[in-house]
Amino acid sequence: MKMLINVAETVVADALRGMAAAHPELTVDVENRVVVRRDAPVAGKVGLVSGGGSGHEPLHGGFVGPGMLSAACPGEVFTSPVPDQMVRAAAAVDSGAGVLFIVKNYTGDVLNFDMAAELAEDEGIQIAKVLVNDDVAVTDSLYTAGRRGTGATLFVEKIAGAAAEEGQPLERVEALARQVNENSRSFGVALSACTTPAKGSPTFDLPAGELELGVGIHGEPGRERRAMMTSREIADFSVHALLEDMHPRNPVLLLVNGMGATPLLELYGFNAEVQRVLTERGVAVARTLVGNYVTSLDMAGASVTLCQVDEELLRLYDAPVKTPGLRWGV
Amino acid sequence: MLDADFFRRWMTATAASVAREAERLTALDSPIGDADHGSNLHRGFTAVAAVLEKEAPDTPGAVLVLAGRQLISTVGGASGPLYGTLLRRTGKALGDTAEVSEEQLTDALRAGVDAVMTLGGAAPGDKTMIDSLVPAVDALAESFTAARTAAEEGALATTPLQARKGRASYLGERSIGHQDPGATSAALLIAALATAAEAPEAADV
Repeated sequence: MKMLINVAETVVADALRGMAAAHPELTVDVENRVVVRRDAPVAGKVGLVSGGGSGHEPLHGGFVGPGMLSAACPGEVFTSPVPDQMVRAAAAVDSGAGVLFIVKNYTGDVLNFDMAAELAEDEGIQIAKVLVNDDVAVTDSLYTAGRRGTGATLFVEKIAGAAAEEGQPLERVEALARQVNENSRSFGVALSACTTPAKGSPTFDLPAGELELGVGIHGEPGRERRAMMTSREIADFSVHALLEDMHPRNPVLLLVNGMGATPLLELYGFNAEVQRVLTERGVAVARTLVGNYVTSLDMAGASVTLCQVDEELLRLYDAPVKTPGLRWGV
Repeated sequence: MLDADFFRRWMTATAASVAREAERLTALDSPIGDADHGSNLHRGFTAVAAVLEKEAPDTPGAVLVLAGRQLISTVGGASGPLYGTLLRRTGKALGDTAEVSEEQLTDALRAGVDAVMTLGGAAPGDKTMIDSLVPAVDALAESFTAARTAAEEGALATTPLQARKGRASYLGERSIGHQDPGATSAALLIAALATAAEAPEAADV
């Protein structure tokens, strides 16, 4: 497997150095692995900190900037960052109005952010946490670690970020983040496994002519394997999986997300099929986002995320945002 | 009695065996996880060995607390907090005496394993590191060698189980038939304890 890297050990640091060079509007601490918007802390504004393993770019570092995250902590590839990074990020963005941790439901992320919250509170920073768990492919039960957090992370970060930018208080920003998560569902498919730099070969074996349904974003296999389907069939399967689990009464935000190695030509075609089946099912789409936003290295495939919105959530979604990975209204 | 030197040898021996077995741990993590368990633990225990050489704490408890804190700061993922908590809580339970008995170590390790179960919410049979640690602590009352055997058998016994915690749990029934990487690395930690006890000079290589 060929990759445009030096050695696996420096992949994250090298990427952060390049990100710093491309985005002078961000403060990128390569050594301590924290990406912060340059004007932080903003007086009176709640800080938003997220983070997780690297390999999901632009998530999360690419979503740092006015209108979205205040700071992000990139971990090793597919590995949660450590509490030291999160505490450093919280300290860098706290203006006294408190900090919201946005955590994807993976055991490592949850444990490290929990430890970081305790340490940050010891330093006098008020911390609130919201857990993102939107993936319907995983059975929600008391006996498992629960659903994964995937595509809805973008909606949570965008909408909570807009509320924070307006100067809304921590409790309100946290409540909005929770509301977005509770109203969001995702489903993903993989046409190929991804290759991590450390391993150098695909993380699971997916023969030509087959696809994995119900995958997450860490190169782990999904809930079942089938013979390859058409874009139309995959859209039917994915949207049905979502609507089995949610029954939107309002318009939805739609994210058709590429996993990293699927071209926009295919993603737009897939979006057409997703829109067709949503229309057939009577679901109105208020806004659509198509592209690579929550990726899984070089995995081919896509995920679909729906978020039911009311007027307030839609207004916050439409609010200006200026980050490397998401930018409008400015 | 076991002194700070013994605990440093335990950590050094763990670092050596994790370095040796890193590729195997990553291979076990590949079909049911995300293929990084070996490289993450290798990074963490290399840092542990380095910090113990630099700071050389003089009590058993301080050695383990420092090692645990170092793991939390360097490993990331779920393994960092879980292994970090295991060593920190075991170290705290040992207190600040210069030497501890094997019985004290057994009790302290049990406290550490309990803390891991509380933190991760896992119980025996969930296909996690707990499946090798719990039998190891039970056997430690008998001998270090018995603990090593019990941990290794515990790790092997995870193969037919369905994962209920951690990333492998997202695969449901598809996690059956694979040995758990966390239980396997925990068995390395316990085996290193036996190595430190049996061949003090060999543990440093």
